[in-house]
Amino acid sequence: MKLDSKAPEGPLAEKWTKHKFNLKLVNPANKRKYDVIVVGTGLAGASAAASLGELGYNVKAFCFQDSPRRAHSIAAQGGINAAKNYQNDGDSIYRLFYDTIKGGDYRAREANVYRLAEVSVNIIDQCVAQGVPFAREYGGLLSNRSFGGAQVSRTFYARGQTGQQLLLGAYGALNRQIANGKVKMYTRSEMLDVVIVDGKARGIITRDLITGKIESHSAHAVLLCTGGYGNVFFLSTNAKGSNVTAAWRAHKKGALFANPCFTQIHPTCIPVTGDHQSKLTLMSESLRNDGRVWVPKTARPGLKAADAVNIPESERDYFLERKYPSFGNLVPRDVASRNAKYVCDEGRGVGTTGLAVFLDFSDAIKRDGEATIRAKYGNLFDMYAQITGDNPYKSPMMIFPAVHYTMGGLWVDYNLMTTVPGLYALGEANFSDHGANRLGASALMQGLADGYFVIPYTLGDYLAGMPYEKVSTDRPEFKEAIDTVQSRINKLLSIKGKKTVDQFHRELGLTMWDYCGMSRSEKGLKFAKEKIQKLKEEFWSNVAVLGGAGELNQELEKALRVADFIELGELMVDDALNRSESCGGHFREESATPDGEAKRKDDEFAYVAAWEYKGENQPEALHKEELIFENVKLTQRSYK
Amino acid sequence: MKITLKVWRQKDANSKGAFKTYEHSHVSQDMSFLEMLDVLNNELVQKGEESIAFDHDCREGICGMCSLYINGRPHGPLQTTTCQLHMRSFKDGETITIEPWRAKAFPVVKDLVVDRSAFDRIQRAGGYVSVNTGGVPDANEIAIPKKIADEAFDAATCIGCGACVAACKNASAMLFVSAKVSQFALLPQGQPERKERVEKMVAQMDDEGFGACTNTKACEAECPKGISVANIARMNREYFSAITSSYEVMAKGGGD
Ligand SMILES: Cc1cc2nc3c(=O)[nH]c(=O)nc-3n(C[C@H](O)[C@H](O)[C@H](O)COP(=O)(O)OP(=O)(O)OC[C@H]3O[C@@H](n4cnc5c(N)ncnc54)[C@H](O)[C@@H]3O)c2cc1C
Ligand code: SF4
Ligand code: FES
Repeated sequence: MKLDSKAPEGPLAEKWTKHKFNLKLVNPANKRKYDVIVVGTGLAGASAAASLGELGYNVKAFCFQDSPRRAHSIAAQGGINAAKNYQNDGDSIYRLFYDTIKGGDYRAREANVYRLAEVSVNIIDQCVAQGVPFAREYGGLLSNRSFGGAQVSRTFYARGQTGQQLLLGAYGALNRQIANGKVKMYTRSEMLDVVIVDGKARGIITRDLITGKIESHSAHAVLLCTGGYGNVFFLSTNAKGSNVTAAWRAHKKGALFANPCFTQIHPTCIPVTGDHQSKLTLMSESLRNDGRVWVPKTARPGLKAADAVNIPESERDYFLERKYPSFGNLVPRDVASRNAKYVCDEGRGVGTTGLAVFLDFSDAIKRDGEATIRAKYGNLFDMYAQITGDNPYKSPMMIFPAVHYTMGGLWVDYNLMTTVPGLYALGEANFSDHGANRLGASALMQGLADGYFVIPYTLGDYLAGMPYEKVSTDRPEFKEAIDTVQSRINKLLSIKGKKTVDQFHRELGLTMWDYCGMSRSEKGLKFAKEKIQKLKEEFWSNVAVLGGAGELNQELEKALRVADFIELGELMVDDALNRSESCGGHFREESATPDGEAKRKDDEFAYVAAWEYKGENQPEALHKEELIFENVKLTQRSYK
Repeated sequence: MKITLKVWRQKDANSKGAFKTYEHSHVSQDMSFLEMLDVLNNELVQKGEESIAFDHDCREGICGMCSLYINGRPHGPLQTTTCQLHMRSFKDGETITIEPWRAKAFPVVKDLVVDRSAFDRIQRAGGYVSVNTGGVPDANEIAIPKKIADEAFDAATCIGCGACVAACKNASAMLFVSAKVSQFALLPQGQPERKERVEKMVAQMDDEGFGACTNTKACEAECPKGISVANIARMNREYFSAITSSYEVMAKGGGD
């Protein structure tokens, strides 16, 4: 298989304009003859479904929550980037492009990233027109902040609820199309397979989560906007329902999966308190602007935050400031996370589990006063106090890294099409724009770019070449897919084993976290692969799923998702094994500089690793898309 | 901690439900309320009993998916969402009663899960600004006084959880509907459709079978996002001027 990125030729700044002109159009009167399935109603899915409905296509949209407004995008806090240069501080499309490709450690496609930066400005216009209440200055114009160490202020925000406000804007646009009859919305409906007819994606199989009914839906094209797979780690900052099933099923039907091992671990999350922990809560990384990260110089197991104040300065190790004097506590996410892990591995972690480090505001409070700190971080401090029962104004916070985002995903070309014709992937579900590491405030931007401003153009090009005829769901391809789904469900219900789905999921998560998390080695990864294979066997012989198929059955929903996570876990390990370089969020212990920092190997690994499914228990085949950099010079990161 | 739980169990929408009592001895203060239920559910499954169905997703207090009527209060004793409630808010040995939201417009689906699609239908009736993708002005061409923008934002933070309805003895949805109406009544982008929006959304709200406002502010007291009843007053004014005045009067800001 030859991977063709379809990235247009020509100067970077003209590629998208030229490409749009070359794309075929569907006549306005003919758009209603095409049906499009959009799975997912997060920022990517809601914006795509609404925009395609406005153009005149017949859209069917799906989500597993009870309302499209509850997609995981709702939880994004910090903000969304756009190269508006409203602050007159030297931002430009090129600078946003450059920062994003560099931030991704040069593992993304230049053309895609440039387009993302280019349409970022339209996103803000669109959202404001919808009535999204972004933060404003006293003069009435939009406010910006600098985010994640960026040198310019290009982040637009709505207090700490940017994702919510953007999603409600897109949800409004979607609702308008539902009311107009152009979009039909299926809530509490989970896609369990994609249907391929004559080599093209022509439909999906879903399960109605209330009645358990398995249904077929046919269309001319299928868009997967189903989010990321961070929950493969069980504990992550993702919503509990976030899953890989849609993408994984597509993968097993021929869509290549790209860079699965590229995951992002966020340094400032609230630590685990015990075995009951069900998810992790992110604290905005802006906290590192004023908080100082430290652990005791010598191990003090079980040290509580309240007792930390009694540890004299001379016995504290401000390890980020010590190792990275010029960036200090503001080193990028992966560096901060990894170093927290190292000090905990040394036994110097704090709190009851020993898996936490302090984030201390006492100096900032002494310097600026409590009122100033409250004005800046009041809501975060309150949230922390509510969850932990500790008062961060009086004693340091405890933080620990957590899985936050997945850069890997379904491989797509410049048109966002996967390797299956007619099957597209948008938003976090694809691999496209963030390389090996995502910059803060750029996921919201990408989801909305894909949905509002890319797919409305590129989908037309594909549909223009398709006959209007619908395929019937009576065709054998649909029947076969239904049978597969049904027998999978029956199998899960018939095992009647001893271990709960959550127990399997936790075990998988722990293995992934220990061996395919912040720091990876060949030995560890090989060990993890064996463990995952055994876990898969055990799952299919000893999982306990009670209840029936024809009813609301949350254990069954989880079991179907965890079964796919286990398989994905193995592929992530394979991908991490193959990539014996350190880059972005992927740190390979064998590829480090003498002082232990990440070492990228551009001559060997400047490619996208795209994996092809080859059948049950067969090794997957690796395909490489070489990355060609015509505009940026590859440099090694240094934060010393 | 040890607690006793009295939980509403109901097989499906058509079956009759009843309370079932569980002794739960593996509770720690650090657990969130939903984690406490996770632990119980895992124990139930291991004993061969079906787990208790409840809605949740983000577990960060923002998606609005979790619900639960806990000891007679929506989202329990604190003014927050159930997912943000922790067991340290309860006493060792306490008996905790858990019911689904009770409202005609929110039928029970199973156990503690209810159908809140009525909220979506109300939003669909007009809770948006009718602009298509593309062809909109530059974002900074619309200047909005910060005070207005902040007020609109406060209204826009509603998470659509339905606690306001569950808290109200008439099961009124006024707080929820007024939050959206207010957001757009305040913002310049909302002006062109101001009249139709409030008329259509209120009409849909009535069709769904939500009750009339009791003026007791029970909704505001239980709203996890602190949505103010001032929005209800604003919606009443908006509605009144919409049905009594011509469009032009309203567009000039009449009735506010
Ligand atoms: C706590 C947190 C804070 C964040 N903050 C920021 C931030 O400040 N800035 C930023 O840029 N990014 C942020 N991110 C990242 C960003 O929120 C996500 O990457 C982005 O919202 C993903 O959007 P999406 O549309 O691709 O997918 P999602 O929002 O995850 O939506 C997925 C959709 O797919 C549906 N779905 C999934 N599987 C199926 C299936 N099998 N069948 C049917 N439907 C299905 C779901 O119902 C849902 O509607 C944050 C992430 C987290 C976790
Ligand atoms: S107004 Fe408050 S209680 Fe009612 S739905 Fe919105 S957030 Fe929930
Ligand atoms: S689970 Fe999302 S608000 Fe509680």
